[in-house]
Amino acid sequence: MVQLHDFIKISDYEWELPVTYREDMRVPVRVFATQGILESGLSDDSLQQAINSATLPGLVGQVMVMPDMHQGYGFPIGGVAATVFPQGVISPGGIGYDINCGVRLLASQIEFESVSDLIDPLATAINHYCPSGVGVKGQIRMTDKELEEVCRQGSSWALRKGYASREDVELTESQGKLEGADPDMVSKRARERGREQMGTLGAGNHFIEVDIIEQVFDQQAAQVMSIYEGKLALQIHCGSRGFGHQVCTDYVKELQSAVRRYGIQLPDRELVCAPLDSQEGQAYLKAMRCAANYAFANRQTLAHFARRAFEEVLAGRVSDWQLRQVYDIAHNMGNIETHEIDGQPLKVCVHRKGATRAFGPGATGLPDRYSSIGQPVLVPGSMGTCSWVLAATEESMKRSFGSSCHGAGRLMSRAQAKKSIRGETLKTQLQQQGIIIRSRSLSGLAEEAPQAYKDVDEVIETVVGAGIARKVARLTPILVVKG
Amino acid sequence: MQSLNKSGFREIEHTADVELQVWAPDFNGLLEQAALGLYELCGVKYNPLDVVAHNLRFEFLDFESMLVEFLNELLYLMEEKGLVFDQFSIELNENGVEAKLMGGKLILIEKEIKAVTYHKLSIKQTDQGLQTRLVFDI
Repeated sequence: MVQLHDFIKISDYEWELPVTYREDMRVPVRVFATQGILESGLSDDSLQQAINSATLPGLVGQVMVMPDMHQGYGFPIGGVAATVFPQGVISPGGIGYDINCGVRLLASQIEFESVSDLIDPLATAINHYCPSGVGVKGQIRMTDKELEEVCRQGSSWALRKGYASREDVELTESQGKLEGADPDMVSKRARERGREQMGTLGAGNHFIEVDIIEQVFDQQAAQVMSIYEGKLALQIHCGSRGFGHQVCTDYVKELQSAVRRYGIQLPDRELVCAPLDSQEGQAYLKAMRCAANYAFANRQTLAHFARRAFEEVLAGRVSDWQLRQVYDIAHNMGNIETHEIDGQPLKVCVHRKGATRAFGPGATGLPDRYSSIGQPVLVPGSMGTCSWVLAATEESMKRSFGSSCHGAGRLMSRAQAKKSIRGETLKTQLQQQGIIIRSRSLSGLAEEAPQAYKDVDEVIETVVGAGIARKVARLTPILVVKG
Repeated sequence: MQSLNKSGFREIEHTADVELQVWAPDFNGLLEQAALGLYELCGVKYNPLDVVAHNLRFEFLDFESMLVEFLNELLYLMEEKGLVFDQFSIELNENGVEAKLMGGKLILIEKEIKAVTYHKLSIKQTDQGLQTRLVFDI
């Protein structure tokens, strides 16, 4: 097993495992971590999975691992890998089953003190309008034709239906629409699952959270993002629901035989892949983009229904109850991007699995509003702990394929969390801290307890210390609707 | 546990997802135990009096792929069709797997399993029969 002494220390926040560590590695593994975080990462399979990922054909640069790493399946969570376009491969397992799982942040002018007695009814209203749970159906039912429009248009579909403003769409990664999506590449079963789940939160670690902007660290960036100390904000964390899960399941199966056809040797079957310019690789890319667009539309419709909840509870109590979009980012995604490799611009497919796109100031693809300060990077903490808003830097473009961390990262297994934490006790403790919880399942609540996660502040100090993001604001939760 | 029971399953610690160890004397038994383990991980509640039946058939693949295919099918039938099974009549032949399944209507799924993965999946022959570990994305 890989050990600490196998790594070369680049800085207090960066470590490299040389390509010579294992014969089948094609590129080194670069880890953004303090020594403590790296040692913690060595205690599970995270880094072994990163080494396995470093064997994919067509990789360039290094396989990156963010400080919120933990073991997943195939790729580690917190993994970033870029393959040359179009000869390199695309791997569904390097993006994940919840395609375009991501986070949306909306800010407001609402002072907490002016609505402190309304947080409980607000929780009830959000819980009512934004249904959660396994396989839950939403209030939006789509025909197959309409689903195809969602696949192609993403957030623009939501705009046409009245669920979005132009500003919402503009302030979404890739403007909420990946070009090149083709619904013909999506199975009948995936379509069936997608038609009834639009506007639903799902389960697991998905949530809607209301926070107070506790502290602003960068006044200029915060002002550009319309984030003000003491005001309320709302985060939405979810993805492409059963539609995306089915797309990934279909293509992980499909590509099992493709790797044999293309003579690709892999240390783990979950890493199955196909060349980007192959029929199989193209089919997955087009289907994956459908699921990504579905997820953008899903978070948008959830934002619409959360706004309705805010209006229902707060209208008449405060003069401005509006929620304005700050940004929406993906953290399970495959994107074709251009990055500088060895001093030359190169088109690559960047796989981010549990890692956030973090494009620095002036990068192509950023909305005008964020061109000068860099892309907002949204990093939710665990339930009951703070979350962070960061801004991407020019360094992230040079050193991490424009990527950063996506959360706190799990520390404890779900089974261990359930054994050591009682859901009911946790709920009471959180309420004593002033956090109102809505959750369908107490055991599910225990699995997502703050103690089961790393310290998000240490994760943030690492990416800031490494120079790939800078602090903008810290958020404290007051209401959590858990999926 | 394995030495006491010829077939069974148990949850293994996994940081983010869930992992299941499954063992049985033969492949048909392995499919059945994996199915029961899947339902237990999901915290499924169903009504056995509201009887349902379903036939499944899929082509012969390697054994690991057939296991993943079988469980993904059950996940789909549970989440989308509300079907949960507790009786399994499974036949493996050169054409693939044919399974006659009986059970009841779903009442509740407590925990979501997004998919069955191939991560480190390998079915091993032991002195007692077959054994494997499955990682589920949740």
